[in-house]
Amino acid sequence: MDTTQIADAPPPAPAPTPEQKRAARGATRPGDRIFLGLSRGSGILLLVIMAAIAGFLTYRAVLAISKDEGNFLTTFEWNTGVNPPVFGIAVLAYGTIISSIIAMVIAVPIAVAIALFLTHYAPRRLSGPIAYVIDLLAAVPSIVYGLWGALVLVPYMNGLFGWLNDYLGWTGIFSWQNGAPRSMLTVGILLAIMILPIITNVSREVFRQVPQMHEEAALALGATRWEVIRMSVLPFGRSGVISASMLGLGRALGETMAVATVLSPDFLIHTSLLDPGGGTFAQNIASKFSEATEFGRDALIASGLVLFVITLLVNGAARAIIARRKEYSGANA
Amino acid sequence: MSTATITPKRPSTLRGARLPKWAPWAIAAGSVAAGLGISAAAGLHSDIQWALIAAVLHILGTYVIAAKVENRRQAKDRVVTSLVWVAFLLAVVPLASLVWSTVQRGTKVLDVYFLTHSMGVVADSEAGGGIYHAILGTLQQVGLATLIAAPVGVLTAIYLVEYGRGNLARAVTFFVDVMTGIPSIVAGLFILSLMLMFDMQPFGFAGSLALAILMMPVVVRSTEEMLKLVPNELREASLALGVPKWRTILKVVLPTSIGGITTGIMLAVARIAGETAPVLLLVFGSKFINANPFEGAQASLPLYIYQQYGSGEATAYDRAWAASLTLIAFVMILNLVARGIARWKAPSTGR
Amino acid sequence: MAKRIDVSGLTAYYGSHKAIEDISMTVEPRSVTAFIGPSGCGKSTFLRTLNRMHEVTAGGRVEGKVLLDDEDLYGTGIDPVSVRREVGMVFQRPNPFPTMSIFDNVAAGLRLNGNYKKSELADIVERSLKGANLWNEVKDRLNKPGSGLSGGQQQRLCIARAIAVEPNVLLMDEPCSALDPISTLAIEDLIGELKERFTIVIVTHNMQQAARVSDRTAFFNLAAVGQPGKLIEIDDTERIFSNPSVQATEDYISGRFG
Repeated sequence: MDTTQIADAPPPAPAPTPEQKRAARGATRPGDRIFLGLSRGSGILLLVIMAAIAGFLTYRAVLAISKDEGNFLTTFEWNTGVNPPVFGIAVLAYGTIISSIIAMVIAVPIAVAIALFLTHYAPRRLSGPIAYVIDLLAAVPSIVYGLWGALVLVPYMNGLFGWLNDYLGWTGIFSWQNGAPRSMLTVGILLAIMILPIITNVSREVFRQVPQMHEEAALALGATRWEVIRMSVLPFGRSGVISASMLGLGRALGETMAVATVLSPDFLIHTSLLDPGGGTFAQNIASKFSEATEFGRDALIASGLVLFVITLLVNGAARAIIARRKEYSGANA
Repeated sequence: MSTATITPKRPSTLRGARLPKWAPWAIAAGSVAAGLGISAAAGLHSDIQWALIAAVLHILGTYVIAAKVENRRQAKDRVVTSLVWVAFLLAVVPLASLVWSTVQRGTKVLDVYFLTHSMGVVADSEAGGGIYHAILGTLQQVGLATLIAAPVGVLTAIYLVEYGRGNLARAVTFFVDVMTGIPSIVAGLFILSLMLMFDMQPFGFAGSLALAILMMPVVVRSTEEMLKLVPNELREASLALGVPKWRTILKVVLPTSIGGITTGIMLAVARIAGETAPVLLLVFGSKFINANPFEGAQASLPLYIYQQYGSGEATAYDRAWAASLTLIAFVMILNLVARGIARWKAPSTGR
Repeated sequence: MAKRIDVSGLTAYYGSHKAIEDISMTVEPRSVTAFIGPSGCGKSTFLRTLNRMHEVTAGGRVEGKVLLDDEDLYGTGIDPVSVRREVGMVFQRPNPFPTMSIFDNVAAGLRLNGNYKKSELADIVERSLKGANLWNEVKDRLNKPGSGLSGGQQQRLCIARAIAVEPNVLLMDEPCSALDPISTLAIEDLIGELKERFTIVIVTHNMQQAARVSDRTAFFNLAAVGQPGKLIEIDDTERIFSNPSVQATEDYISGRFG
């Protein structure tokens, strides 16, 4: 393609004419041209939508933030109905991150253990159906998780919270003033239950792809089942598990309804994970939306933009890890 | 080792003391009994507590007993086995509880009347009413979203697999990945920002647009996978007969992979049917039957659940559970049928 | 430390499918025994029953006896993990642990089986790599990943890993089939050296290789596809290749089938 290189090359290959290029793609007939145009147009439409999402959200966000009397990043308030408006995302960012961290800490080890259970421990007759059911559970709508969380899980948490307060209350993180257990910890636990199926599924897929020969290498050295997993399964599957976790994290960060139903929100940062209060980006948008003015909606859009950027970063990281893994396994093939 | 070959009566290196097969079960039963005993003695009430005590005792017991009878390596192996089983049981409990409580509480008010009536004249605190308007809204919104997203998604996948080379294809691939990760509420906010521009009131089709954005990347991904499975020989055989490329795609490639593509679209429909957040922002919800998705607020099944829950009345909770059961049933049927199609179509495409 | 293997009446299954039937043979210590035969005749399956790797495959099941110096590998109270530690194995495709360095690959088996001091470990790794004729090629890059080596080097690394734990028997499942002729030659030379210390059993598709490296050769065959594989005969390699007692062996060796 580079003209300078063509000049150097001994047999100068004639540059393909536009007609030849089109012929190579098989797009010389009218039917072909229409079809190519339609399918390429669809691809371009996707790009346009992505650009529009970023563009419009940013535009509305700038409208809101330019009138914000508080600091958008550090203010502990969300007053958009007053003049001048004061609002900031500090509490939301904290709540979103802390609930997602709780969810990951609980869900990832359990999901990895279940994936190992399905690939290496469960009787074969059992593992097939269980994997199928977990697949289906990943499709349960989040609002149903939310309803279950609010009406079944929350009352159940009283016992656990009392216990945590009795034995770990001195840490400050697990102290409890007997409020309803609609707190960040409950939200984190519910999010963990929600993202468990997806992390399990992806991890199981990764563990299943571990080449038999790596496992046999460990077995032939006289390794026990756990040693086989430690020596060949986990190192091979590590990047896959990381990217599975990132996908789960992306879901936890953006989850709206399950948090909105379970959390009893306020605009404070609580040191205790057991006391109700706090909020997340998505929950705040869902809860504040119906009574917001047009300006209030712009402010919510601004917070949504922050959430958008955070999930983009997390998903980008997951993709990068997957891509690196592809290269890595390709080199060994 | 070297001395071992000289002395003929050395102890066997192949034999190791092994716990009998029933040992893990015995340890598990023992720790459950101990967990219950300790809880009763200490007056603990929560089920979680005795289960946790039992789990910890089980893991510790396994290690100590195995390390004594067998050796440390076997003990470690057995501890991991117990841990993996405990993790599995730990996860089964909430997921089973979710399914169980939805079925149990959902069947309370779920009947034909519930499915065929709206909430038109029913206050949240009263019994009665139904979800007809919500089912109607969901079907219309999801249907319209599918009408937009399925063709765009399939065509994009065709572009990527059959034509796509170079920067544009790479960019599309990358942004399809990015799009997969968009939180549903952000998609809703995007359409909301458009509606704010044109000063529009909530209506059903606005929700469809947001749902279509969420659905497109899923359709592209699954269709792409399916098209890649079509063997190149088939395409070449058709092209060699002088069939133009677009007819090859329409007559050979798509029919071969139509089963898989349908499965992918149905799974995507199942996913967006349960989305609540964008519908909340854009469709707003309504107690009345509104059969026109292009004008006026509409109801939707997931939104109905949220709003019934939000009213805080016991009768409304019953309706929320019944609606949840309906929604899960809808999603599960879609899933099962989609998988059924995949299974039924899979062997026939190979031959 | 090389041990004798006595197999009697061994039958192996995959689920309900009988892969090999009623095999009996003796493998002498400090010698190389080669298994030859057409594809699907069960020679690899049989090899894998000798260190209880067969039962790792789904539905794998074994009947009969395998005595390792008078001790039945399939007897009650035998720990398959210990069996595999005593009967090492080298596979068709080189399979070093991809995330481990060359040093860690060789030390992997040792680390499982006990606490070694650093210097001890280094000694054994050096000895094993020398034993596998690989030391001179890798001594400057012991901390580099094993997957960076060439195919032939990787296979010798796998041999070093197998002999590092000082097994009694070394099983080799077509160790050269994925390698070029020069690497193959290096491995064949190595097998000649290793038989001074180990009992070696090698499965091969290459009859010249069997003739070159082995002292005794066993010929396996199957009546038809789907039928279980059987041992046709086992004898000194020289006799098998010059004057076998069964017609089928001669047909196979002279290239009339298989």
